[in-house]
Amino acid sequence: MAKTHHVHIQLNGGTKEADVDPRLLLIHFIRDVAGQTGTHLGCDTTSCGACTVLLDGRPIKSCTFFAVQADGRKIQTVEGLTHDGKLHPIQEGFHQEHGLQCGFCTPGMMMSALALLEKNPNPTEEEIRWGISGNLCRCTGYQNIVKAIRYAATKMQQKGAAA
Amino acid sequence: MIFPTSPEIGGMGHAVKRKEDARFIQGKGNYVDDVHLPGMVFGHVVRSPYGHARLKSINIENAMKVPGALAVITGADLAAAGLAWMPTLFHDKQMVLATGKVLFQAQEVAFCVATEQYAAADMAELVEVDYEELPVLVDPHKALDPGAPILREDREEKTNHIFHWEVGDRQETQKAIQAGAVTAKVDAVFQRCHPAPLETCGCVADFNPVTGKLTIWLTSQAPHAHRTLFALVGGIPEQNIRVISPDIGGGFGNKVPIYPGYVCAVVASLKLGKPVKWIESRSENLQSTGFARDYHMTAEISADRDGTVKALRVKTLADHGAFNAAAQPSKFPAGLFSICTGSYDFPKAFCEVDGVYTNKAPGGIAYRCSFRVTEAAYLIERAMDVLAYDLKMDPAELRLKNFIPSDKFPYLCPLGWTYDSGDYPAAMNLALKMAGYEDLRKEQAEKRKKGELMGIGISSFTEIVGAGPAHTFDIVGIKMFDSCEIRIHPTGKAIARLGTKSQGQGHETTFPQIIAQELGIPQQDIILEEGDTDTAPYGLGTYASRSTPVAGGATAMASRKIRDKARKIAAHLLEVSEEDLEWEPGKFFVKGAPSKAKTIQEIAFAAYTNLPDGMEAGLEAVHYYDPPNLTFPFGTYICVVDIDKGTGEVKVRRFIAVDDCGNIINPMIVEGQIHGGLTEGLAIAFMQLISYDESGNVQGGNFMDYLLPTAVETPNWETGKTCTPSPHHPIGAKGVGESPNVGSPAAFVNAVVDALSHLGVRHIDMPITPWKVWQILQEKGIT
Repeated sequence: MAKTHHVHIQLNGGTKEADVDPRLLLIHFIRDVAGQTGTHLGCDTTSCGACTVLLDGRPIKSCTFFAVQADGRKIQTVEGLTHDGKLHPIQEGFHQEHGLQCGFCTPGMMMSALALLEKNPNPTEEEIRWGISGNLCRCTGYQNIVKAIRYAATKMQQKGAAA
Repeated sequence: MIFPTSPEIGGMGHAVKRKEDARFIQGKGNYVDDVHLPGMVFGHVVRSPYGHARLKSINIENAMKVPGALAVITGADLAAAGLAWMPTLFHDKQMVLATGKVLFQAQEVAFCVATEQYAAADMAELVEVDYEELPVLVDPHKALDPGAPILREDREEKTNHIFHWEVGDRQETQKAIQAGAVTAKVDAVFQRCHPAPLETCGCVADFNPVTGKLTIWLTSQAPHAHRTLFALVGGIPEQNIRVISPDIGGGFGNKVPIYPGYVCAVVASLKLGKPVKWIESRSENLQSTGFARDYHMTAEISADRDGTVKALRVKTLADHGAFNAAAQPSKFPAGLFSICTGSYDFPKAFCEVDGVYTNKAPGGIAYRCSFRVTEAAYLIERAMDVLAYDLKMDPAELRLKNFIPSDKFPYLCPLGWTYDSGDYPAAMNLALKMAGYEDLRKEQAEKRKKGELMGIGISSFTEIVGAGPAHTFDIVGIKMFDSCEIRIHPTGKAIARLGTKSQGQGHETTFPQIIAQELGIPQQDIILEEGDTDTAPYGLGTYASRSTPVAGGATAMASRKIRDKARKIAAHLLEVSEEDLEWEPGKFFVKGAPSKAKTIQEIAFAAYTNLPDGMEAGLEAVHYYDPPNLTFPFGTYICVVDIDKGTGEVKVRRFIAVDDCGNIINPMIVEGQIHGGLTEGLAIAFMQLISYDESGNVQGGNFMDYLLPTAVETPNWETGKTCTPSPHHPIGAKGVGESPNVGSPAAFVNAVVDALSHLGVRHIDMPITPWKVWQILQEKGIT
């Protein structure tokens, strides 16, 4: 057995410390070590985006990223979207616009959407489609996901204006 | 006619937002891989690198040295327990773990179990298997050649031929084809592809040696049927098996069969007395479980000069891979493929299918499809276009001329199915109008003058769903009914349980809407549960668009049983006779005195507190619904494409989809199903392919090689609807999930062929890649 490494990873506002195998994938750290199973594993090859999480605010695919690479860094997953029991506008958008069916791609899809909207608060349809092009959905045909992200963009801008 | 209910009740026709969303958008879904039990250990499958090889020896010594190693199970171990083979759903058997030889690449050879997931994978690397390579058979057209290697040594018949099946009148069809003025012919391959739900297959098998109870969390579209199969095959008393289908990350037919990995996990749990988790990797999913299609088809249509069709003849070669593991419960080897006359009034028809073995993964499953209806719809819709070109007729006009007339329903087709209802011209005319068809044709003519390539493809499909009536369908003899149990609580709230299992279809939302419609209890007051065989009534599961036609019928009928009892209680409370009462969703009232009424909630309370003499307490019912016939949804799809002459790239500019699925429970969910099914059709038409090289190596065995559409390639779908209720269904509904996947591949292909038809192109096999189109353009001198 290879030597383990001690990592501190900031996960959704808390810190998770553990001794991990250097080959442990971040997705397995999040799901199995930290027990936050909202992030899913879909393809193992960085292709489907079900495992998308934010690393220091940028989307990465956690199925091809080692936990040790995330040592000392900040990870946000779907579990970090809800604040004080209130849904994030992206979560609301997915519900209101029927942007999900089986729900398996949804956590990763929402994290990509969040990264997109933080960078580009008012994206066009084409920009949204490119923004989620690293995330596959087999159920919805994307049309309602695009609407859901538009819904969130509008809502987030209204909130920003009100604040 | 559906009685309109208020938004508060939320019966049929309301676009109710989904109840299941709350957990999924907050990362609180509970999929199989989220199940974590104390003491749980992990399994990993050792797979064959060869397509065909003799298994000489297996050495597990080094594998067992891995820290955390618990066991390696081999085919020999299973053979000792009589479990090396398991029956398939269609009169064949398949190896659980290989004994003697392997028959396809990625076939299951051994099962390693360790305390940690990574250790189990390490073990699999260290299992040493000695193989002797054998000649490989990948081309189904060569399976019956005299020199072909015989793959299945276990069978008495020394041939790769599995079955011959035919239906219809061979002689009369032959005569009609000889006598016809025109015969249009198309050879079309519906390629081997894979449903690829985003969640792969997996299970957690937990045998408790103290209680003797085996609990299996399973990615199962049919948990009750799977429980019975585990009992029959494994010899475990059925009351000691509990199958739980938790949240499922998409199924599309992939999760209908029982796979070797499940059986291995169960065996390992029985052996070790610990819970064993096995989750497929994506490569394992694409390479070994759940392939679909692989039908090599020829259609000939005979017609008069004016375009009136006279006869259809279909000949098909079906590649089933190493084992006939077709996950289909019909009594016919090619399932419902004989729906191949489609929407057209053919006086004569004949269809024959031969199945063969090859060194490929076993199957095939019905990928968002009622057991080969997708292949059938694709073939007839392609053939109609070829006929239109041969006759120089507009493909829309040809279809309108040959549709089964609306006044001929119920319609007995020449291959034996009785279509319940239809109004094909209505759907076609709406689609033509939405598309602006005439203008599109004008635009195309102008573009052609300029040398630009634009195509318009039409598909007017007829579906056959709702498996199914007991005389035509069964799984190991079990009739294909489905069930619903409803319990009304004293406060008028309710719980319903069904024998089906949602995989994203939104059952937790839609089935309460049926109950709300039938009983007037607000849909939000009704909880729906599925997927736990210890609590739900027996049913055959969710696939082939059967939940609404079958379990939907059961839900309406169970509700009506409750309403019958409620009427008796209301009569007692209002001190009138039952005949004096009238019903509207939510209350019984006295005829002519609407203020004298009892709500369903008051009646529910009385069912526990104030009953007529001699009546049993409680308000609940269960119904097992055996449908009298299948349902036949239909629609017309129109696809518009532009082709880039330089690259061969096809851009889907527009796609108009008019669907008729009878009465609609929730229009939001129906539209979502259509969007999703069309996108899967797009994937099949342009991208998805599982192929094999000459050595039997699978190509397309991961998401880097198996292409799926992203949001960028997927167009906006334009949807429309007509409504022709099913006359035999309790709520007039037909089912919709698979229609867009059944109807759309032909629309895409017809559009591409249409763009190239003036160059003499009549057919292109799927997937239509830019490379294929570019080669055609080169051949035709178009640059």
